[in-house]
Amino acid sequence: MTPLVQVKSVSQKFGAMCALDDVSLDIAPRSYTVLLGPSGSGKTTLLSILGGFLVPTTGQVLIEGQDCTGMPPAKRPTTTVFQDYALFPHMTVGANVGFGLRMRGVASSERDKRAQEVLKLVGLPEAFGKKPHQLSGGQRQRVALARALVVEPSVLLLDEPLGALDLKLRRQMQEELKAIQKRVGTAFVHVTHDQEEAMALADHCVVMSNGRIEDEGPAERVYSKPASRFSATFMGESTIFSGRVIGSGEIETVFGRWQLATDVKPGSEIVLALRPEHVVIDQKQLLPLGEGRVSDVVFQGSFKRVTASLVKDESLMLLARLPADAVVQTGDMVHFACDPKHVLVLTR
Amino acid sequence: MRSAIRLATIIYAVLIYGFIFLPVVTLVLFSFQATSFPIPPFSGPSLRWYQAVLGDARLTSALLNSLAVAVISSAVATLLGFLAAWGFARFRLPASALMRGLITLPLTVSYLIIGMGLLVLFNSIGFPKSLTAAGIGHVVINLPLCFAILYSQMGEHQANIERAARDLGAKEWQVLTLVTAPMLWPALFASFFLSMTFSWDEFVISFLLTRFDTTLPVEIWNLLRSGLNPKTNAVGSLVFLVSIAFVLLFELVFFRKSRS
Repeated sequence: MTPLVQVKSVSQKFGAMCALDDVSLDIAPRSYTVLLGPSGSGKTTLLSILGGFLVPTTGQVLIEGQDCTGMPPAKRPTTTVFQDYALFPHMTVGANVGFGLRMRGVASSERDKRAQEVLKLVGLPEAFGKKPHQLSGGQRQRVALARALVVEPSVLLLDEPLGALDLKLRRQMQEELKAIQKRVGTAFVHVTHDQEEAMALADHCVVMSNGRIEDEGPAERVYSKPASRFSATFMGESTIFSGRVIGSGEIETVFGRWQLATDVKPGSEIVLALRPEHVVIDQKQLLPLGEGRVSDVVFQGSFKRVTASLVKDESLMLLARLPADAVVQTGDMVHFACDPKHVLVLTR
Repeated sequence: MRSAIRLATIIYAVLIYGFIFLPVVTLVLFSFQATSFPIPPFSGPSLRWYQAVLGDARLTSALLNSLAVAVISSAVATLLGFLAAWGFARFRLPASALMRGLITLPLTVSYLIIGMGLLVLFNSIGFPKSLTAAGIGHVVINLPLCFAILYSQMGEHQANIERAARDLGAKEWQVLTLVTAPMLWPALFASFFLSMTFSWDEFVISFLLTRFDTTLPVEIWNLLRSGLNPKTNAVGSLVFLVSIAFVLLFELVFFRKSRS
């Protein structure tokens, strides 16, 4: 399948600061792409370049095979949902949603009809005659989405669209965003720093850091087999410790020599990452992590989140997600272990 | 003790407000004087002097001149101030901070200096003294104010709203007329009415730059030269009434804005 959007070796410099460093990315038609990264990682810069609000210092952007690198936003087949919604405060919701059609010369009766349809799609059929200030944050968000969707863009860009909403509303909007995307079939590109949001939404998850793409792929793959230390810590939590490959499939760690399936060549310094849900207690047949003193236990309903400092390396804080009925308390000495097939071996 | 403080507070407030408003109250009161001198004892009320004012062709035409100069010069100042603010807020201009400083500088220069400067300039280029000349003077003094008000209202959020309009296919002139200006409507309205009030009772510039047709403050000054007369009180009260109307309109607009 030919990609809908091709970003080719794009760099963006602001003076001496390099916001994007030789980034290449393909976006498939009908896909939901999430750009995930901390602030300053370049994800919003990349979105601005896709939307035409920034012209990259070097590199090329192709949309539907057409070179759009220097094309202004108005001419591109993209629309943006802004973080602060950027609704027109002096217009009704109906006029806001119909604005893009008005700019395309669509007659007013047709405009109203299509605005009504899209408002129904986003679940706000009754808001047509209201002003933006009469709506709640979540409702404004939906209006912004409707306004961007009504012109039927090839790519819809969303800049931290759920950032201003409270947690409950956010989870609810996530589901709706995904459902709307599936229904209209437009490719969505969504910027966020919330990894849970990324995992819930993404067909294609792009982890960014320091102006580079650290890792990209299906969210499940990025979580279970992260390509780098950064994506292992940013996409979910991990306990990270160093190791060295000393023979084929043999790794020297502070916990002794471990037999792990890896094709990293002997002599390499590597990093090992352990997801909290793969840490177990009192099971000596698995890879032992030795004893650790529990420094914190947080009961989370379906599980207990445990932090412990290990005897073998006091500086290492082990994160574990134990069953809700596990009997552990702060101050306890516990034997920790892990399954070798879940240990992540990272070379960068 | 507490009641003594309370009493002192009240007396203080009465003195302050008396100091501010007594001259105006006296002016308005003696405009209703029935006899020929605006001095105690009060002999009214009578509308005799208002009748004299409205029957005086010079005063009524000066009043209309003043209104025309105020409306037109304020509209021009607001339009220019809006465009300048938009330019400074939305585009990266060389020496932007310095240029913004220069554009607001006339706020600090006295009207006398501005008036004399314009007088010299108009003389040298052969532009005649006229209501147009005074109107230009009023644009000069009001533009910095309009610019400052409008510039303060053009933040990053507004810039994003304009971006959204462009993203949806609006051309630059459509962004300005359909989004930027309507969005700043209260601030535009406020700039316009504030300019109107300043232009309405401005004397020095009008005095220096007009000759035969002149504005109301200059005409009142002419009247005063022939000595005190309840007619001056009556026309002063009318000026005051119009100023209050401007201020009320202005407050109304801002009140409506803060409520929404």
